[in-house]
Amino acid sequence: MDLNIAAQLNSFLAAFVLLTAFGMLVQRRMYGLVHLFTWQGLFLSINTAIVGFVVGKHHLYISSVLTLLIKVILLPYILHVLIRRLKVHREVEIIVNIPMTMMMGIALVIFSYYLMSPVSQLSTLVTRSTLAVALATVMIGLLMMITRKHAVTQIIGFLAMENGLFFAATSATYGMPLVVELGVALDVLIAAFIFGIFFFHIHTTFDSLDVDQMARLKEED
Amino acid sequence: MKLYRFIIELLQIAILLGVAPAFTGWVRMLKCWSQGRTSAGLFQPYRDLLKLFSKDILLADNASWIFRFTPYLVFGTAVLAGAIIPMLSLELPIASTADVIVLVALFTIARFFTALAGMDIGTAFGGMGSSREMTIASLAEPAMLMAIFTVSLASRSTSLSQMVHVIYSGQSILRPSIAFALFAFVLIALAETGRIPVDNPSTHLELTMIHEAMILEYSGRHLALIEWASMMKLFLFIMLGVAVFAPWGIAETGDIVAISAAFLFMILKLLFVGTVLVMIETGLAKMRIFRLTEFLGSAFLLATLGMLPYFILE
Repeated sequence: MDLNIAAQLNSFLAAFVLLTAFGMLVQRRMYGLVHLFTWQGLFLSINTAIVGFVVGKHHLYISSVLTLLIKVILLPYILHVLIRRLKVHREVEIIVNIPMTMMMGIALVIFSYYLMSPVSQLSTLVTRSTLAVALATVMIGLLMMITRKHAVTQIIGFLAMENGLFFAATSATYGMPLVVELGVALDVLIAAFIFGIFFFHIHTTFDSLDVDQMARLKEED
Repeated sequence: MKLYRFIIELLQIAILLGVAPAFTGWVRMLKCWSQGRTSAGLFQPYRDLLKLFSKDILLADNASWIFRFTPYLVFGTAVLAGAIIPMLSLELPIASTADVIVLVALFTIARFFTALAGMDIGTAFGGMGSSREMTIASLAEPAMLMAIFTVSLASRSTSLSQMVHVIYSGQSILRPSIAFALFAFVLIALAETGRIPVDNPSTHLELTMIHEAMILEYSGRHLALIEWASMMKLFLFIMLGVAVFAPWGIAETGDIVAISAAFLFMILKLLFVGTVLVMIETGLAKMRIFRLTEFLGSAFLLATLGMLPYFILE
């Protein structure tokens, strides 16, 4: 494949990753969030495979397949089951002022571009231009965790942050060593299970997954 | 040669005037079919216009010159906008005097006067429609300019003909910024032409109408002009989108064969866009008016997201 076309495909997919991140930031419905998360995982997986093909690093194929298995199939499935079992699929979360959140997201993108532009000028990789997008995805995941109150959406924000980190690894150094990536994938999977268990506990204690309720956990004097 | 260009310009305006009602008819026809109704046919808009032209004008006692002047102004700006957007040929003599910003301003003048005319008579509906229309406009316009600026950044010009030239010159089309700008443009065009998620063009239900509320007091020739202008506006927005995002087929030179090929391409694109439009309209429900800020906010977001990757990724 021509290097130029590959770089263009890469930046196109990067733009879509950013778009899904913004979509998650403003999405109100639980299932909509999970679907957007699935799409983001799919774009990441395709992007990793393309980068692996272009630069001839075959271990990237493995991490691409891992991403596909875990982030496109397994994690969305777990989230679906959780949402159905906890009966929160009807819940529409109220987010504080969507246009404001969007503006903050745009500001974060500009900030990460400012932060990353010296780094990408030093780099010689094909994927150097997507570094800023990767950082922006991490930041938007963080913003989502801050602005949301529902436990499930906070977890999705966390997973989106992890997506951003994975993307950063691919675009900054053509991926981490395979051992590290396997470890991270396993960690994310275990984390998802633990989150699930915690959700059930929070739900049985408070009858709700709103994390504001946890203020009640104070000791009484 | 100069005269020849003016003839093409005139031909383009004639096509605008003639084809716009047929396009509206096509959209209505498809909509009827998709909802299992019998359609009134492709030429119903022409019959409607003829009927309205032959009717008398009923003016309110307190109507000022603004009310009487607005239909002609709205119609005139639509025709002028049609002379600027390259539909058939890139060599339009009037187009070189005006760029995209002027085009947006033309649409804004028409909207401004329609809003004034809505309030002129002093009925409650007119005022309500005007206030809603201006709310939407204030949100849609920056997004529209942002979306088009993204494309003009890529072609380093705000002139429409120049933008098409750059796309023709074979630079890559796989640009994330342009894809986002297209997305944003579709959302804005739906809002600006008053199509379904924003406004329902066929409603006269009091609480939901926006554009119809402003022109409720018009009758006869005035109403015909406004209706015709709004058909042209829909047509022009599609032509603008086609010229900026998919100009293939528009003639670069002015020879007869290229122009007729361009006309054929234009008809094909219109048939396609009409189908997509009907699919959007039957698939979506009209939005609550307070959700519109989010709808147009996301259009602005998309346009901005289109502009940022231009600097970040390209």
